[in-house]
Amino acid sequence: MSASIDVVVLFFLLGMFARLVKSDLRLPEALYETLSIYLLLAIGLKGGIELSRQPMAVLAPQVAACLALGFAIPFALYPLARALKLVQADAAALVAHYGSVSVVTFAVATAALGRAGIPYEDHAALWVAVMEAPGLVAGILLARWGRGRGDAGLRRRTQWGELAHDVLFGKSVLLLLGGLLIGALAGTEGTAPIRAVFIDPFKGVLALFLLELGLVAGARLPELRRYGAAVLVIGLGAPPLLALAGAATGLALGLSTGGVALMATLAASASYIAAPTAMRIAVPEANAALSITAALAVTFPFNILIGIPIYIALAKHLTA
Amino acid sequence: MNPPLPLARHTKTLLVILCEAALEKALVRDARAAGAQGWTVTDVRGGGSEGVRDGIWEADRNIELKIICEAAVAETIAEQVMAQYVPHYALALYFSEVEVLRPDRF
Repeated sequence: MSASIDVVVLFFLLGMFARLVKSDLRLPEALYETLSIYLLLAIGLKGGIELSRQPMAVLAPQVAACLALGFAIPFALYPLARALKLVQADAAALVAHYGSVSVVTFAVATAALGRAGIPYEDHAALWVAVMEAPGLVAGILLARWGRGRGDAGLRRRTQWGELAHDVLFGKSVLLLLGGLLIGALAGTEGTAPIRAVFIDPFKGVLALFLLELGLVAGARLPELRRYGAAVLVIGLGAPPLLALAGAATGLALGLSTGGVALMATLAASASYIAAPTAMRIAVPEANAALSITAALAVTFPFNILIGIPIYIALAKHLTA
Repeated sequence: MNPPLPLARHTKTLLVILCEAALEKALVRDARAAGAQGWTVTDVRGGGSEGVRDGIWEADRNIELKIICEAAVAETIAEQVMAQYVPHYALALYFSEVEVLRPDRF
């Protein structure tokens, strides 16, 4: 069979289909939690094994570029969101989701690269961990921009300390960085005994997680009608534009073809786990459902079905 | 044989707050600062005038926070909640009187 769609993506479609036909399928909460912890740790571990072999002189510019890219994305998207008639808080929270990244989109992209036989920087998980937070900070700054003292509900100052704690020690960054560190310390030999759990079954677990994401995204689809064109325009329009910025960053860093494709994917992806939680606390006046619908029901399916193959083709073209 | 002595009961206020899970940390912090000594949190799902919150996604999770305390403390907590969180969060709260056996614990 000449399936051009990766097998894990088919699980996502199955989940979406199940929700559309109102099936009673529902993954237990505890399983969902387990799967997400597994994926974060496994991605971190895999990256960490390679990380120890990378000289600091190579890593430092990459980390700096990821920080800058994640921070810049919300500022670039914000005028577009405002032009689409979103109010300040909604626009700021929405673009923060795009500044942050989606770990699962990244995982699907690595699976696609693996299948196509295109090598990539194995320590790429480090980029994911670094890109989680800067976009959230940028989004909060945009939400606070020029805000007076007048509005009673908005008087609460942003508690940066607490926010930093929640993002840096929240499960995604903690497990990604923890996995990276363990992988780097243990190396190939040290991690050999846990390979059978953390490395080999990765794709199967990813497939199960995508089934769950399909269910959640499917449940969000009817909300598209409520938020209208703005969500569709940003959800479908932003990823390709951001992918170009990501690819350019990857090229400037001198990454491999796979690396450029991953950087494009990370830039194009939108967070739907860390960002919604952080924005709910930091920008409570924003409409949370609007951002989640754009990130999870529009951008995520777009990226894994259409975006990633395009980003890989783009990277091939640019690095040829 | 003598009948057992009736247990001494004391009236306290039970404040129940139903809200988005994102508020748990802030609400517990505020409640303790206001003088609440104990609290109980349960995960719940449901719906209301603003839509259904079925809890199928992390961002949709909801909690029920129960606090048993002095009436004045419950009042203070509720006032803060009304001023600070009601404008932007899905939230409902109610009071009831309850009888407890060990008043010093509340």
